[in-house]
Amino acid sequence: MNGIASPAVLTPASYKSAYKPIWCPGCGDFSVLSSVTKALAKVGVPPQDVVVVSGIGCSSRIPAYTSCYGFHGVHGRALAAGTGLKVARPELTVLVAGGDGDGYSIGGNHFLHACRRNVDLTYIVMDNHVYGMTKGQASPTTEPDWDNKLSPGGTGIRSFHPLVIALASGANFVARAFAGDPNGTAEIIAAGIRHPGFSFIEVLSPCVTFRPEQRLWKQHAHPAPVGPTDDPARAARRIMTDDGFNIGILYAGDRTPYPTHPGNAKRTPADLETEFEL
Amino acid sequence: MSPAVKKRGRAATPAAGKAPRAASATKPRPVPGRKAGANEPARHAPRTLTEFMAQAWAMEIEAAQRYTDFADAMETHNNLEVAAMFRTMAQYEAKHAEQILAEMGWSEPPVVQRGDLRWPGFEAPETAPIDEVHYLMQPWHALQLALAAEKAAERFFRELARVAPSESVRHAAKELQAEEREHVLLVKAWMKKVPKPDPDWANDPDPARYTD
Repeated sequence: MNGIASPAVLTPASYKSAYKPIWCPGCGDFSVLSSVTKALAKVGVPPQDVVVVSGIGCSSRIPAYTSCYGFHGVHGRALAAGTGLKVARPELTVLVAGGDGDGYSIGGNHFLHACRRNVDLTYIVMDNHVYGMTKGQASPTTEPDWDNKLSPGGTGIRSFHPLVIALASGANFVARAFAGDPNGTAEIIAAGIRHPGFSFIEVLSPCVTFRPEQRLWKQHAHPAPVGPTDDPARAARRIMTDDGFNIGILYAGDRTPYPTHPGNAKRTPADLETEFEL
Repeated sequence: MSPAVKKRGRAATPAAGKAPRAASATKPRPVPGRKAGANEPARHAPRTLTEFMAQAWAMEIEAAQRYTDFADAMETHNNLEVAAMFRTMAQYEAKHAEQILAEMGWSEPPVVQRGDLRWPGFEAPETAPIDEVHYLMQPWHALQLALAAEKAAERFFRELARVAPSESVRHAAKELQAEEREHVLLVKAWMKKVPKPDPDWANDPDPARYTD
């Protein structure tokens, strides 16, 4: 935590740290940061009760830019750290954040199992279809025909479809947001935080440096024509057949979250030693 | 035209000139990014002066916040001249928000629910789009962004003045439209004082990208 006390009235500014983001000007992640702070203010949970956990990548810098507790962890392992934290300290609000490379490639297996476990946390992926920090390699969500010098003619590999994979793996809340709609994204993040279980929010967040053509996303993004469903089969059909730019909560299920024990917070290392005594 | 559109050189060249993944399968909609219902301004126009001024206040605050974010980003990238310009713009917008509070006699900012806000796009008309800045942009570009934002705000209030259901809202919308028109003229005058950028303004001898 960056030493900011909780003010009487929580505003988005209450969740911002004094550190200025070093993202490229124009990056969609600025907008996502703004949405996260707005969402937390809306939910009203004080900064000292929130932990933002991330992996590695441009977007994974986000914990430092908030006044909440933060853990900038190992590449692809943000969900593992976030899951452990939530299970040990269920009274905390845990947000896990990162990019498409971190979450779907290096951390792909953690993603599947985090959805399956359905621990009550919110996973925000800032998806720009590219590895930005390492200067523009194709990521799991990159289009197969994205032609550049690092993958001439494109990778030819089918793109990962995170929303339907999250749904099939058991995520209890699945949504797509767009960085060009920061207020709408804030609403979705707030809903994800409030929804019990594992909430997965994919934010289309343009990379203006390596994928400048993604500025066109604002011409394509549009609110989902129908509201969320609690029927996974219907949600899957919608997600598989939409144009990739439907913005909104696409699925809100009622699976019971992985049980955590509120008493965990009061346990001491000695209690743990007793538990693991052979 | 925004710097995003204008910029040239390495950083201005789309990486592959491809549309995003699903975009190739769908044509852009006639009114991109528009919220459901926003095509019906009369139906969603603020009904009372209080509602309208709360909306106008929110619009100014969002614009101020965006310019502040831009100023921070430009400072981080050592583009101090443009950073100072965005900082000034943020101060202007914040001042406009304060003026609204004073005019309404509000001692505290109004509580504005998201559902109460109806913009013609995803964001408030006076908010410059997040992606239309560049680390090498020049003061002229910043003013261009501001000009587009002020023009959008003027159009927004003009439309509200046309469709608002109550006389008090129509009157206030006309006043704010006139103010925005004044801002447009001020920005235009300011633009005359700054040099137009060179054609190669976005050329960077040590660019972030090496894949071109």
